[in-house]
Amino acid sequence: MALTGLEIYKQLPKKNCGECGTPTCLAFAMNLAAGKASLDACPYVSPEAREALESAAAPPIAKVILGTGDKAVEMGDETELFRHDKRFNHEPAIALRVSDALSKDEVLSRVQSINDLSFDRVGQHYTVQAIAVTHDAQEPEAFVQTVELVAANTDLNLVLMAEDPAVLTPVVPKVAARKPLLYAANVNNYEAMVSLAKEHGCPLAVKASGLEELAGLVEKITGLGYKQLVLDPGARSLSRAVADFTQIRRLAIKKRFRPFGYPIMALTTSTDPLAEVLEAVNYIAKYASLIVLNTIAKAHLLPLLSWRQNLYTDPQVPIRVEEKIYEVGEVNENSPVYITTNFSLTYYSVEGEVESSRIPSYIIPVDTNGLSVLTAYADGKFDAEKIASVIKKLGIENKVKHRTLVIPGLVAVLKGKLEDLTGWKVLVGPREASGIPSFARNNFA
Amino acid sequence: MPLQLLKEKNRAAVQKVTLGATKEEGGTRTHTITIGGDAALPFHHFEGEIPHRPVVAMEVQDIEPDWPDALKKCFVDVMKEPGRWAEKCVKEYGADLIYLKLDGADPEGANRSVEDCVAAVKEVLQAVGVPLIVVGCGDAEKDKEVLEAVAEAAAGENLLLGNAEQDNYKSLTAACLVHKHNIIARSPLDINICKQLNILITEMNMPPNRIVIDPSIGSLGYGIEYAYSIMERTRLGALQGDKMLSMPVLCTVGYEAWRTKEAVAPVSDFPGWGDTEERGILWEAVTATALLQAGAHLLLMRHPKAVALVKENIEKLMVSNAY
Repeated sequence: MALTGLEIYKQLPKKNCGECGTPTCLAFAMNLAAGKASLDACPYVSPEAREALESAAAPPIAKVILGTGDKAVEMGDETELFRHDKRFNHEPAIALRVSDALSKDEVLSRVQSINDLSFDRVGQHYTVQAIAVTHDAQEPEAFVQTVELVAANTDLNLVLMAEDPAVLTPVVPKVAARKPLLYAANVNNYEAMVSLAKEHGCPLAVKASGLEELAGLVEKITGLGYKQLVLDPGARSLSRAVADFTQIRRLAIKKRFRPFGYPIMALTTSTDPLAEVLEAVNYIAKYASLIVLNTIAKAHLLPLLSWRQNLYTDPQVPIRVEEKIYEVGEVNENSPVYITTNFSLTYYSVEGEVESSRIPSYIIPVDTNGLSVLTAYADGKFDAEKIASVIKKLGIENKVKHRTLVIPGLVAVLKGKLEDLTGWKVLVGPREASGIPSFARNNFA
Repeated sequence: MPLQLLKEKNRAAVQKVTLGATKEEGGTRTHTITIGGDAALPFHHFEGEIPHRPVVAMEVQDIEPDWPDALKKCFVDVMKEPGRWAEKCVKEYGADLIYLKLDGADPEGANRSVEDCVAAVKEVLQAVGVPLIVVGCGDAEKDKEVLEAVAEAAAGENLLLGNAEQDNYKSLTAACLVHKHNIIARSPLDINICKQLNILITEMNMPPNRIVIDPSIGSLGYGIEYAYSIMERTRLGALQGDKMLSMPVLCTVGYEAWRTKEAVAPVSDFPGWGDTEERGILWEAVTATALLQAGAHLLLMRHPKAVALVKENIEKLMVSNAY
């Protein structure tokens, strides 16, 4: 919650000197609240008031960066509890575990598999963001060796998970340039962990058992002057984690409770990998900014990363595809031509079904500002004139010998006019994309 | 300073809807199932009572459907007999309810008679003791006949019947009123139409606690986020006291998930997507799990393994997280 003009006014010197360029302190406060003035314009503001006002103006949840360069991931910086109010900003980072109890060959093969995890679907590219090296072995040296081996074999970001500062201290300098997340400061070790994180400028996870302990611990750590933090309230059961994450997010956003104004991390506990994916689905929905997972199977991660992408899309902007001629399969001059709209869900539903019809075809998504077929029709953005001008503009007549268009069944009413305008024959396709394969078999096979 | 948790004080709760009727209540079910009643956002036990866990209904059809192999192989021995199919879902796969889809009625398809459809409903009622959901084929004319006959033949069973839609709700509402069943109010991913339809149906004297909302979800990857946000807004509306948004919500998870390319495409077509079978199971289970967080009460599902995973997830979420 941003401060109101009156709340700001209480902190100002109330001299009405006018040196800021505004005649009264109250007017200046109103301008500050509206974001039209900067506190720097006031020569007499006290340092205490400045600090209070600046912290109130800071975002409710800090942005914390894992890694450097192209692969750096921004976490936090969220302002909402519900995506229908305004989009969620930063997709949660996915970190996959590699244990230091594995043999060298096992580590290498696992890292290689993780490096290969990237997915393309519906024009989107999904990746994972980090490898979390966990200290499970007896000997501390195993951790150093594993971290070095992983670091040498991946470009992904690193999360170093060993709660003993003595285990982390020798390894951090070796990979500090990659700004790994250090996991974790707790009530017993936080002084040593903070100085290690500070020295190397690495983000630091704060692990507590419960929200109360977490708030106190964060205050101690920020008191030591470190604020690159990621929160782990220590919940290891799904229901508790959902509650804790919700409280952290709510208190940060609605109450500006500073100790909780940092990104949240979740660690899965399910042993079955499919159950683990579902556990993580909940954490994506409920505010995690970083999720540490075991499974590295493609079939498990594709659904999870798709969910992440879906949830983080901007609810106010429909996703669109470019208006052009798309080719599905090995098209030739006899291939059918399908017309649809450029709302990406509409387009990709059509594309998927045209593909499964196994008849190579052209698809032309008409630019309807990302509206679906019926909505665009109702809005006057998908009419016969528009379709006629688009097919003319894109020059489909030079790609096919035939003169037949397929239009969506929902706009069958456009058939006559479109035929008049283009001189092409217009076939009315199915109302739902799912009807395309049988439609194609009946008309084009 | 002790930590002050932030607990919302909600003015109202989601309606409770009870499905099925036992012998004492005039039906033949072995037990009833109640959904809804939530006095908080999904699984926020810490600020309001969540009296009933979300439940899973498994889908059975009256004719053998053209489902992908991954699904067919789970039911291969029973798919021609709705009764045995339903029994297998309940006994072997732990379905809380049965969702009988009368696709065979479709005049464009098998065009089975009203009598055949009623017989399928009776067969399922005899085979299992759980409450039953029955939905027509989607052809408005035929569904009117079929569902009226089903409502009459199953009078007393307190079924959940669907679908009522904005331009076609009167005959089904009337049938449900006369024969004392519950009704599914289906709206096309639009919260205003959802509310409007609930108003229209209640204006015919249907009590709100006999209506279940079907918001027409999209699956994972195909518009799930629209359904997610509409369901979140519906729940927030219910908690703020909007009676016409306060009905429990069902989601057609199985149907939506299993018609996506991602759920069924062979590895040979998409080598980058991994094993087909687990991908398909997860496509359905992830769709269900995500929508549970938005407020789903009744999930209509298909794959037994996805059902088992989702039920396990529900168990974990129903553990109290009160502070």
